[in-house]
Amino acid sequence: MKDVQRPRCARKTPFDSFAFKKPYGRSLASGTALAGALGLLLIPNAAQAAWEPTKSVEFVVPAGTGGGADQMARMIQGIIQKNNLMGQPIVVINKSGGAGAEGFLDVKSSNRNPHKIIITLSNLFTTPLATGVPFSWKDMTPVAMLALDNFVLWVNSEAPQKSPKEFVEAAKEGGANRFKMGGTGSKQEDQIITAAIEQSAGVTFTYVPYKGGGDVAAQLVGNHINASVNNPIEAVSQWRAGALRPLCVFDKERIPLKEPVADGKSWNSIPTCKESGLDVEYTMLRGIFMGPGVTPDQVAYYVDLFKKVRETEEWKDFMAKGAFNVSFKTGDDFKTWLTAAETQHKTLMDKAGFTKQ
Amino acid sequence: MPEREGNLEALGSLIQGFGVLADPMNIAYMFIGITLGVLIGVLPGLGGANGVAILLPLTFSMSPTSAIIMLSCIYWGALFGGAITSVLFNIPGEPWSVATTFDGHPMAQKGHAGEALTAAFTSSFFGAFVAVLLITFLAPVIAGFALRFGPAEFFAVQLLTFCSFVGMGSESPFKVLCAMMLGFALAAVGLDSVTGELRMTFGSVELLRGFDFLIAVIGLFGIGEILLTMEEGLAFKGKSAKINAKVVWETWKSLPRYWMTAIRGSIVGCWMGITPGGATPASFMSYGLAKRFSKNRQNFGNGEMEGVVAPETAAHAAGTSALLPMLTLGIPGSPTAAVLLGGLLIWGLQPGPLLFVEQKEFVWGLIASMYLGNIAGLIVVLTTVPVFASILRIPFSIIAPVIVVICAVGAYTVHNAFLDIVMMLVFGVVGYVFKKLSYPLAPLVLALVLGDMAESSFRQAMLVSQGDLAIFWSNPLVGSIVTLALVMLFWPVFSALLRKRQSRQDGGTQVIPVK
Amino acid sequence: MEHGTQNSDPVVSNRTMEIVVAGLFALVALVVMADSIRVGNGWGSDGPKAGYFPFYVGLIMLVSSLATLAVNIWRHSGERTAFVEKHQLALVLKVLVPSAVFVILTAFLGIYLSAVLFIAFFMHWVGKYPLKTILPVAILVPAGLFVMFEIWFLVPLPKGPVETMFGF
Repeated sequence: MKDVQRPRCARKTPFDSFAFKKPYGRSLASGTALAGALGLLLIPNAAQAAWEPTKSVEFVVPAGTGGGADQMARMIQGIIQKNNLMGQPIVVINKSGGAGAEGFLDVKSSNRNPHKIIITLSNLFTTPLATGVPFSWKDMTPVAMLALDNFVLWVNSEAPQKSPKEFVEAAKEGGANRFKMGGTGSKQEDQIITAAIEQSAGVTFTYVPYKGGGDVAAQLVGNHINASVNNPIEAVSQWRAGALRPLCVFDKERIPLKEPVADGKSWNSIPTCKESGLDVEYTMLRGIFMGPGVTPDQVAYYVDLFKKVRETEEWKDFMAKGAFNVSFKTGDDFKTWLTAAETQHKTLMDKAGFTKQ
Repeated sequence: MPEREGNLEALGSLIQGFGVLADPMNIAYMFIGITLGVLIGVLPGLGGANGVAILLPLTFSMSPTSAIIMLSCIYWGALFGGAITSVLFNIPGEPWSVATTFDGHPMAQKGHAGEALTAAFTSSFFGAFVAVLLITFLAPVIAGFALRFGPAEFFAVQLLTFCSFVGMGSESPFKVLCAMMLGFALAAVGLDSVTGELRMTFGSVELLRGFDFLIAVIGLFGIGEILLTMEEGLAFKGKSAKINAKVVWETWKSLPRYWMTAIRGSIVGCWMGITPGGATPASFMSYGLAKRFSKNRQNFGNGEMEGVVAPETAAHAAGTSALLPMLTLGIPGSPTAAVLLGGLLIWGLQPGPLLFVEQKEFVWGLIASMYLGNIAGLIVVLTTVPVFASILRIPFSIIAPVIVVICAVGAYTVHNAFLDIVMMLVFGVVGYVFKKLSYPLAPLVLALVLGDMAESSFRQAMLVSQGDLAIFWSNPLVGSIVTLALVMLFWPVFSALLRKRQSRQDGGTQVIPVK
Repeated sequence: MEHGTQNSDPVVSNRTMEIVVAGLFALVALVVMADSIRVGNGWGSDGPKAGYFPFYVGLIMLVSSLATLAVNIWRHSGERTAFVEKHQLALVLKVLVPSAVFVILTAFLGIYLSAVLFIAFFMHWVGKYPLKTILPVAILVPAGLFVMFEIWFLVPLPKGPVETMFGF
């Protein structure tokens, strides 16, 4: 129903006429020198000012309300509103159908619409591979990588395993499929990591898909499953309460946060899986994309906006609480990363047999 | 009851919590929250979860305590508000008020809209109050109980909900089965959550999101009702409703006789909220149990006040107690709780076992706000009873198009999808035809709401047990729930046998009720 | 259910309608079963496959609908009772057709403008109200929704060219 989606948009704030006085676009990138006459007159450093939203911006979340991506999107919405980073309102819309396919297809079909952005999770890569719904990141315009979500291997603190090595050995001894790995969703990030562990260590788990990360952590605390690969933010409270134990983190390097979190240990004291002998690396993209056919000016506006978001205290706080990897990438850097990540997903999913034939 | 030391401590902390609320700004946020909540509760589609998510960023600049007070009051408001359109127009404002339409709307048609609304609000309040007491005094104990629920236990609870609701009515059993299976089939459309495969989407993008329960009920109940009303000649039967301020008082006098139903509803609700089964199944289960054990069971579905009390107490008790596993374990007991959980994380509060220790002021402020918020909510909604009841006096040819427009808006907001408005209209026609051919709608919507959940719990349990059905009797907890569910399913047979025996002993004077 | 007066003509009998609906159910059941076989309707090593439950759901639906079908084909009692009579159908269509047009218009004009037209038309056509009653309702209800959704809650509803003209 493309004809319906197109005109959907927009409202102005009651203070709309004053809105353009707010300082945007101070540090825009190259090639945007030609600004509108209005911009030239009213905005400081006007030589760099360029495009800015003329109506409300839709922020599509290709996942349900309450999940990690949704939280982050609403956090960003709050930061932008609170700090007046944008003259127009930003509106969060959930389009979760078909493991997020609905949201991506919506953005893919929003050609040249600069008032629509989307936040991604791993389903950017996994959904097209697993379900065969036709879209890829190349159908959209990459804006920026905001952060990378970390994954940690958790076991119940009553379990005897203290390191990934012991864990893998125990899983091998238990026999095929005896160890139950809980995760969020099916053929998505958690199951892919599980498959990667299986492939790397030569074990087989039974993967049990649940609805959300909080559920998975609670199931692990209740001993209904043997391990999980929850994000830090989903399991940290159980770690601090002494119910769960982190074994290793799936990032390339250790998390740089050295403040003690639980039991005198910090995020930094969790070893990487690779250094402890489990050769699996995985992080999940939290990035921003726009529809195809938008101009470089428009992309630059959002890059700048998200740079400002990243500078706020609230954002930094949120990143630390969730032990995110705070890498920020734009432009070609980001595209290189995306290409590599796409290949990684394809290889892992092909090997695990998750790809739809 | 505060008897042990721990409880005394809880009471002390609670009093401190009320101190936090003494801030006039917090009281103001409370009333704003309740009003906003009632508003989004009245609008079908913009339910608790969507509503709270939309309003979440607004609270971003407040202190965490004020913000969560306002958000949770929006939540209370939405719980209260869901009943309003159910009673007046047969349109459930929220999923958990579907069961309220079964008797609430017939009451309104008989001119007792005021009574039905008062009963609904008061029993909501009662259910919530029981749940808050539970949270205040038993939080740590109950949190541990929730952890014992794995996939098998979840399935057992869903089975129990189903079995306690489904009984043989007067309809043809084939039609009951057809309607129920249609519900299950619709629930299966979209992405299969266990294997990640697409089912019954036939390559259509629009079918990816599946059939939402809310869109189906807005169509089947709301639009279907308008078509039926129209057929009978352009008039809402509730026109004759007597409206005066005394209706609240009059209804209150008759409510105590349903104490048993209210207590049962609260227990069902608290249990379903904590485990977490959710408010919608809780309301169905409570309605089913009330119908089964009531002396007036023949009158259920024709405007029996007990049929309003039962689902409303359970829904509100479940909605409130769903916050308990969220706070203590970080497991959201309902979609709305999931959004609130996100809110907590944004404010830097980490729900979990240590929240009660580390964030005392916040937790007890929240709990205190549950008490005050519910009282404030009750006052707000009760004062609106005459206003809402008088809506029924508006002529049909004015109110009908307005209802259709509001239904369309509601259907759209569920998923921001245009096709959902079309689906709503189709469901409306289906609802009209089904009603005329006596295909029952209740089993259809129950199957639609439970089908997906029950199927994934069952298959999760099978994954855990490697395909061994014995997992459903593997421990006393799951075993007793499953057994209870089976007893419930065959209850009509048991009770008929019992009565037969009894009547034989009494000399055959009693008549077996025909159901 | 009691159906209207004797002097109105039945459009379709209950029996015909029963047969049609049961037939449709059977058709849906077949579609459900076919798709379940596609995704696998067996019981795998680790429990039921994706199509296991839907398959049996479809099968039960098929059997029950065939039973209803059979009952109604053999029993002619439903022939005399009308599913809907002419004047009733006319009334139902009086709501249904404008509602359908309203939904279609929403796709082109947006929901607010369509709502204005729909409410106004319905009040005029069915209710025979004078313009001074129609206008306030037809304008204030959509306007209220507009303020609530677009301005307070920031929930975008379908909008058309008119809203775009005003910069929304």
